[in-house]
Amino acid sequence: MKIHEYQAKKILKQFGVAVPNGGVAFSDDEAVKTAEGIGGSTWVVKAQIHAGGRGKGGGVKIAKNFDEVRQIASQMLGMKLVTHQTGPDGKIVKRVLIEQGISIARELYIGITLDRSRSQNVVMASTEGGVEIEKVAAATPEKILKEYVNPMIGFREFQARKLAFGLCMSGDAFKNGVKFLMALYKTYEETDASLAEINPLVVTADGQVLALDAKMNFDDNALFRHPDILAMRDLDEEEPLEIEASKYNLSYIKLDGNVGCMVNGAGLAMATMDIIKLAGGEPANFLDVGGGASVETVSNGFKIILSDSKVKAILINIFGGIVRCDRVANGVVEAVKKVRVTVPVVVRLEGTNAKEAREILANSGLNFSVVTSLQDATEKVTQAIKN
Amino acid sequence: MSILVDQHTRVVVQGITGSEGTFHTQQMIDYGTKVVAGVTPGKGGLQYKGSDQFPFQKSVPVFNTVADAVKNEGVNASVIFVPASFASDAIMEAAEAGVPLIVTITEGIPARDMVKVYAYLLNNGTRMIGPNCPGIITPGQCKIGIMPGFIHRPGRVGIISRSGTLTYEAVWQITELGLGQSTCIGIGGDPIVGTRFVDALRLFKDDGDTDAVVIIGEIGGTAEEEAAAYVEKEFQIPVIGFIAGRTAPPGRRMGHAGAIISGGKGTANEKIKVMREAGIHVVDSPALIGETVKNVLGRTGKSRFQRDKRRSLSTKQ
Repeated sequence: MKIHEYQAKKILKQFGVAVPNGGVAFSDDEAVKTAEGIGGSTWVVKAQIHAGGRGKGGGVKIAKNFDEVRQIASQMLGMKLVTHQTGPDGKIVKRVLIEQGISIARELYIGITLDRSRSQNVVMASTEGGVEIEKVAAATPEKILKEYVNPMIGFREFQARKLAFGLCMSGDAFKNGVKFLMALYKTYEETDASLAEINPLVVTADGQVLALDAKMNFDDNALFRHPDILAMRDLDEEEPLEIEASKYNLSYIKLDGNVGCMVNGAGLAMATMDIIKLAGGEPANFLDVGGGASVETVSNGFKIILSDSKVKAILINIFGGIVRCDRVANGVVEAVKKVRVTVPVVVRLEGTNAKEAREILANSGLNFSVVTSLQDATEKVTQAIKN
Repeated sequence: MSILVDQHTRVVVQGITGSEGTFHTQQMIDYGTKVVAGVTPGKGGLQYKGSDQFPFQKSVPVFNTVADAVKNEGVNASVIFVPASFASDAIMEAAEAGVPLIVTITEGIPARDMVKVYAYLLNNGTRMIGPNCPGIITPGQCKIGIMPGFIHRPGRVGIISRSGTLTYEAVWQITELGLGQSTCIGIGGDPIVGTRFVDALRLFKDDGDTDAVVIIGEIGGTAEEEAAAYVEKEFQIPVIGFIAGRTAPPGRRMGHAGAIISGGKGTANEKIKVMREAGIHVVDSPALIGETVKNVLGRTGKSRFQRDKRRSLSTKQ
């Protein structure tokens, strides 16, 4: 799960990670009030959307007085922010973060994530802060320092010192840097984060070390232990159809294509999307209906897929293992009768009782294209989108 | 004949009295797997006969702890059906009791728990398959997990996969063509799994009865790339591959916790490229897995003995 920058900073602060003073605002009045509460003479107004690259898109601006705070906030709230991560449609800004202005001496990078090839967490640091870390990793990998965390002993202070020295910190900045790293790791570990990224981490002229930006993602599998974090979920940031699908316990991801698909199992669902592409179409979605594939799940699946007006055909691909194909076939027939399906439906059922299933579909009086192999499915989909 | 499991494997089911545990224990017993014990804390002493809906052919003794099951029934493999929040504890209990092979079916175990479990198992020398996997099967001998037994057929093709139903698809294609499988391992769809592609390949390397191996990967992580590097350097058996998720958008988790392209890394195209460079026969369409296996086997000859002979001949020339 993703959260906003201001939410990440709130969590970090609770764990003793240094962040600039600031607060969230949903209106220009609130923005001014927040700025007044912070005090000082410079403020930063930051659009809160779940995507990076906000600065370049005009989502981060500096205000020198309260009028400017109001002006910038009212301009940002409601605007459509397009960044390289939002896609061409952009995202509507509904919240802004107001923060104290910081005089920056150095911009650095710190990120913590799971290194899958080692099955260990890794704390990464780089002197190349404020830029895209993927670019640094590709062009100058030696500039990314890494400390792997042995889960038996945890992230140790000597590792934090190594990284802080590697970042050329000294004096107060060094002490604060070590403290920052230790607190950041503690936050990552105790909140079941899958990513904690501070880019940039800033060092001020007087040796303070602060998270100027903060990005945190969380392990969906662990959210059951963190109701406080789950409460930070912002539905405005999610695709409405995906929210709808999640109510039915369907694993659905909306894509831009013209062929909808309904599959049991995540791997087969991805493979089915690939088949649609090979057939000359574009997948309209990822949809894993799980092992059961009952009348209810299939009906709900149809409803979700057909809410997308771009869909010109639907491919149902079920490999019946434990779940029997004849049951799935009955489910599909009932679902099609229940939901008005207006586009061609190609059904491929294979595995347990597949033959009976095909008979059920053939005798239903409904207009299905019933196929046996994946290869046939490809051809039928190609035909369906041509017509 | 196979790797990891065969007719001598004696299985304990952790979480045997739960609904999933009960149903799949029935299925495993029906397949011929030697399910010799179950564990449900607090139900030790019970002779479990299954439920009304899923009765067992024979009753299975239930123990309070895995250690008791090991002591009394000599189990050498465990399969775990307990809910995600208790699963890491169950895995460590089995490892502590000295069970050498643990198959974890459970989906949804937090990564933080798995980081610790992985380190513990490594230290303990225990092999785990999964979590979030369909299990392992040596057709005709032993099925540990939730895969449908009937689609398999004893044979000489090994399968390693991160997926469930997509594996069944590949198995079915191979069976339909009149070939069969030596052992099929579903390694699981999570970011951290006990047995990775490379680990499974190492085991197949020493199995004289596997003539080809199918690797079914997907987006996310670098396990396929690591496998490719290993195949190129050390693996003599032909490898056929498929990577699911060419059309998957970056940054989105495609059902499996581990199926995500992050920071531009872990794309299908990158994996396919590296695998092809390593000499793996990667198919573009999942519909062609079986056919490609057949063609590759036809080209290389049916037994490793013949292939080795050819290779040594060509070296001499």
